[in-house]
Amino acid sequence: MIDLGMDLGEIVEVVVRAASIIVAFIALPLLLGQTEHKVMAHMQGRLGPMYPGGFHGWAQLVADGAKFAQKEEIIPAAADRSIFRIAPAVSLLPYAVALTAVPLSADLVGADLDCGLLFVLAAMSVGVLGPLMAGWSSANKYALLGGLRAGAQLLAYELPMVLAAASVAMAAGTLSLTGIAQAWEPWWLLWQAPAALVFLTAGLAELQRPPFDLPIADSELVVGPYTEYAGLRFAFFLLAEYAGAVVLSALFTVLFLGGWQGPFDDVLGPVWTLLKTGLMGIVIIWLRVSWPRTREDQLQRLAWTLLVPLSLAQLVLTAVVVVAV
Amino acid sequence: MSGIELIFAAFALLAWGSGLLAVTSKQVVHAALWLVVALGSLAGVYLTLGAEVVALVQLLVYVGAVVVLVLFALMLTRAPIGISHDLDASRGRRLAAALCGLGVAGLLGGTLVAAVGDHEVDPDTATGSPSALGEAIFGGWLLPFEVLSLLLLAALVAALTVSRGGGER
Repeated sequence: MIDLGMDLGEIVEVVVRAASIIVAFIALPLLLGQTEHKVMAHMQGRLGPMYPGGFHGWAQLVADGAKFAQKEEIIPAAADRSIFRIAPAVSLLPYAVALTAVPLSADLVGADLDCGLLFVLAAMSVGVLGPLMAGWSSANKYALLGGLRAGAQLLAYELPMVLAAASVAMAAGTLSLTGIAQAWEPWWLLWQAPAALVFLTAGLAELQRPPFDLPIADSELVVGPYTEYAGLRFAFFLLAEYAGAVVLSALFTVLFLGGWQGPFDDVLGPVWTLLKTGLMGIVIIWLRVSWPRTREDQLQRLAWTLLVPLSLAQLVLTAVVVVAV
Repeated sequence: MSGIELIFAAFALLAWGSGLLAVTSKQVVHAALWLVVALGSLAGVYLTLGAEVVALVQLLVYVGAVVVLVLFALMLTRAPIGISHDLDASRGRRLAAALCGLGVAGLLGGTLVAAVGDHEVDPDTATGSPSALGEAIFGGWLLPFEVLSLLLLAALVAALTVSRGGGER
């Protein structure tokens, strides 16, 4: 007999927690996708997304989903079939794992881990393998080039991202995400501003969102690693991008914006977290519509000559203030 | 058998199996991807033993960075889809490699069994927690830690020198 060391109540709790995470993981990225349609439509005067279904084009996402589900699943003859098939899952699942440790409020969290920050960063770093596997297994020059760009970009931006996150952890004196949000004070907005800037920039680059969407640059590489994908598998890559944006926004909120802190936060805590996360999501969309794509060499130079020194300087500043105060 | 022991055994088996596939796979990129599974399940083994931080760092550094670098380098050079026969070692070398592997495994396993075989270890999360580990590294082990970082810096500079060549550029 296997002893799980849990009674029935605990098992039910685990199931409920897992189910809520899965629901959040499906609902939030779709919500962000819908928001992106609308915000982009307003900012750039795009008319298409405002028509389907009548009021404000509410049915655009449904139509997109139906379109993806109907499309034929094509695997190129020369492709490495098994790797081609699992690459979308490798892109998507790490973000679901990361979401379990991101808290909505002090006691509303999938799993309150002692080193939650490290857990989320580690889970996100695994997602890098998705585009690499997709790019290589497609047997397509453009896909391979896109995969290479993705690899180089993600390696370059992982370092400043981890250093920026380390600065906040050092300021709060803990690696626990709930602990960091609880320790946060409004003046940190100024104190940790460089780290916040570095974290957001590196996060955008990790997600391969514009202006850092070089791996999928459509004018040069078709859609990079995803060139050969069609139908639902392609939709999974899109979903992974939005899921990543949700995790990044939520993590940014918890690390740099105080998470659930705000007026009446003993009741409205989770609402504050969701509001701030939504705001960050809109900022990410806003950056997409207002910045041109960078060049590959500019991208690498930005990471190594600006972001890494900046985050190191922030670490020194954080250490000095922590020791002095 | 408790639940945690079962998970430990599953991760250990996974690490062993994928490690074996990583060295026997006939496709270069598949070997690297099996290495991902092996290193990832090793992180699972650390986790079941209560070493949270080590497990997560294993994931962040080895899966998220080292293997990505390996894959990146493979793709930059030549990593054809399908079996690469020209990378096969001769029968004798394969045998020697298998013997070496078995020998090292036997030596390590034997040493461990002889040294701590009759101890029952209770995996507790207190010693593997971030604060305990931080105090250990920056308290008693500060000097070795700093020397190690110096070693890594030297390796970095050396790699740069080698890759740049000796010419005047």
